[in-house]
Amino acid sequence: MGIFSIFSRNKKEKLDEGLQKTKQSMFSKISKAIVGKSKVDDEVLDNLEEILVSSDVGVTTTLKIIERIEARVSRDKYLGTSELNQILKEEIAALLSENDKGDMLGFDFPKREVPYVIMVVGVNGVGKTTTIGKLAHQYKTSGKSVVLGAADTFRAAAVDQLKIWGERVGVPVITQGMGADPASVAFDTLKSAVASKADVVIIDTAGRLHNKINLMKELTKIKDVMKKVIPDAPHEILLVLDASTGQNAIEQAKQFTASTDVNALALTKLDGTAKGGVAIGISEQFKIPVKYIGIGETKEDLQLFNKTEFVDSLFNE
Amino acid sequence: MFESLSEKLERSFKILKGHGHITEINVAETLKEVRKALLDADVSYKIAKQFTEQVKEKAMGQNVLTSVSPGQLMVKIVHDDLAELMGGEHVDISMKGSPVIILIAGLQGSGKTTFSAKLANYLKKKKGKNPLLVAGDVYRPAAINQLQVLGEQIGVEVYTEEGSKEPVKIAKNSIAYAREKNYNVVIVDTAGRLAIDEVMMSEIKSVKDTINPHETLFVVDSMTGQDAVNTAKTFHDRLDYDGVVLTKLDGDTRGGAALTIRSVVDKPIKFVGIGEKMEALDVFYPKRMADRILGMGDIVSLVEKAQEQFDTVEAQKLQQKIAKNQFNFNDFLSQIKQIKKMGNIKDLMGMIPGMGKAIKNLDIDDDAFKEVEAIILSMTPKEREDPKILNGSRRKRIALGSGTDIQEVNRLVKQFDETRKMMSVMAKGGGKNMMKMMQRMKGMPQG
Ligand SMILES: Nc1nc2c(ncn2[C@@H]2O[C@H](COP(=O)(O)OP(=O)(O)O)[C@@H](O)[C@H]2O)c(=O)[nH]1
Ligand SMILES: [Mg+2]
Repeated sequence: MGIFSIFSRNKKEKLDEGLQKTKQSMFSKISKAIVGKSKVDDEVLDNLEEILVSSDVGVTTTLKIIERIEARVSRDKYLGTSELNQILKEEIAALLSENDKGDMLGFDFPKREVPYVIMVVGVNGVGKTTTIGKLAHQYKTSGKSVVLGAADTFRAAAVDQLKIWGERVGVPVITQGMGADPASVAFDTLKSAVASKADVVIIDTAGRLHNKINLMKELTKIKDVMKKVIPDAPHEILLVLDASTGQNAIEQAKQFTASTDVNALALTKLDGTAKGGVAIGISEQFKIPVKYIGIGETKEDLQLFNKTEFVDSLFNE
Repeated sequence: MFESLSEKLERSFKILKGHGHITEINVAETLKEVRKALLDADVSYKIAKQFTEQVKEKAMGQNVLTSVSPGQLMVKIVHDDLAELMGGEHVDISMKGSPVIILIAGLQGSGKTTFSAKLANYLKKKKGKNPLLVAGDVYRPAAINQLQVLGEQIGVEVYTEEGSKEPVKIAKNSIAYAREKNYNVVIVDTAGRLAIDEVMMSEIKSVKDTINPHETLFVVDSMTGQDAVNTAKTFHDRLDYDGVVLTKLDGDTRGGAALTIRSVVDKPIKFVGIGEKMEALDVFYPKRMADRILGMGDIVSLVEKAQEQFDTVEAQKLQQKIAKNQFNFNDFLSQIKQIKKMGNIKDLMGMIPGMGKAIKNLDIDDDAFKEVEAIILSMTPKEREDPKILNGSRRKRIALGSGTDIQEVNRLVKQFDETRKMMSVMAKGGGKNMMKMMQRMKGMPQG
């Protein structure tokens, strides 16, 4: 009884075959079931469903993927496993939003008039501060001058944490200490960056659950105050998502986007067993590209997002 | 006046009889919905499947003698099973030992440090203990400072070893320190680690083996998705923890990880974190969590309401009466009373998802049965019991007494009799003849 049979019209009600199903590789199953056919078997769909849902892709997005594959298969009539393999990955990758806003794609970019400002947001503990440390390291390594702003003035020792990262990667951190007004820290940081002709500014913010209205309003205020220094700042509003988070990440994306116009995603902790599949639906629904992934706790453990590799990883045991 | 009597009788009959019993067919759709709800709530794929199957097997054949559908009853059974699975009797943390040693473990960012401090605060303020906090996260930048700041806020000493990178030694020394300073509880915070990080998992295992905690708690973010199954299991295999702490429940996550964890490891959820303040700690309420995960509270409360009003034994008796074609006006009257007790019919039906629209144009008010009731109340007890004796003069008397007229009384008696026969057939024949019956009822003369 797969979830797809919930929705699909012409699939007969197949009652459960139990949980004991041994986990075979996705593609060996598929090869048996589809070679030479123009319709994908229920069994294949059930198996695909299990893989995707177990990777946190979520029921709705999984359904969308299945529909795309069914449409594609009935149109193209695939012949072999390798083709289906390809189709699958293409269709999933197609859901992931492209960076089409002309933002910077790498850590190297031509000299700008004003600093490139990144504001980092997200719920508690997802890895914002760590990601900032790693980003600073990447930009620094590609020859940019970086300034960090410690606008998490709330969580105990958050300023210290960012300061240690600053020392670790060798970039200055602007702080006003704990309990200071975060908007004022952001303002100061931009002023200082403009004065020192820095290339990149990254602003840390306190983690907050997206259903706390006042804290979300505070975030809007931090964002808006930056415009007083650099009219089009922040250029990048980076929502950090923890790969082990389930479907609640969708609500996170929704609320953070509503209060700060998020335009980039970072997916952290992909060095664990979590697959972070929820990012697919988020990227598609909100048209926001995943830009970076976190794969560990050292300054080197950040990579630019690669669609193909990400989709591949969903199918690796 | 009797324009919708057949409808009324039909409805009353449905409410009376429910829809038979739980079969694979009549709950297939509901089970899919339940499964989708569980997956949307992040319950592990396999566990969602297993759980719905188990509940279905258990519920199969159960009689539905209340005013709900088998599907609705199924939802209620799922809900209660969920609550039971996550609950059991509340297990407190162990307070035997001097000092009581508590080890905190979990993934990065799950909320261990905040929880450690909250627990210290709780034991100090609510249990009159004298706790010591131990800063065992030597890896994350400023993790030690973080615990120190919190310790200061709540007035609890924090044991640290400046510059040390050896959590096992720190933990060991902290116990000796606690003994020396007469602390009666030691809470050891540790660095976050991934379940697949072999080096880090061995490290926390040696911390555990060294200090022999009375209580090991696994801290997990309530927003965790499908990975909860791996993490909870691996940590359990390595540490055999005694309880689980669910953090960040002040968010809007459905929290399916709670069910996943309870299913893969048989360890109670002992605390939940509900905010960033030091007081934002609570014990775990299984029923609330079941409501939250399933998210079908409307149906659950509808069934509860109906069950409160409906005595199963009575219902069974009634069922037998119907089957034997002995259903009489007394039964009908008490049925009407039942329905009224349940509250406004439209409200009740409106609680069922998807029903709201369907009943919008239906004229169901609390007076729906007023005239029928009046007629029945004007009958003698004997007449109600045995409608066959209702001859012309009796009917005239009833019409007079109820303020209606003879035609109306005739119609009620006739339709009651016909419906009764149908009900009897249906009760015997199960759902098979249902469609035919419905059609016939619809075709009945409408006054
Ligand atoms: N394994 C792993 N841990 C990470 C990653 N990113 C962050 N962390 C850890 O997650 C925890 C919380 O990170 P932090 O940056 O303080 O989160 P913040 O509250 O969002 O700022 C810390 O222990 C980090 O070391 C990652 O990509 N992989
Ligand atoms: Mg932080």
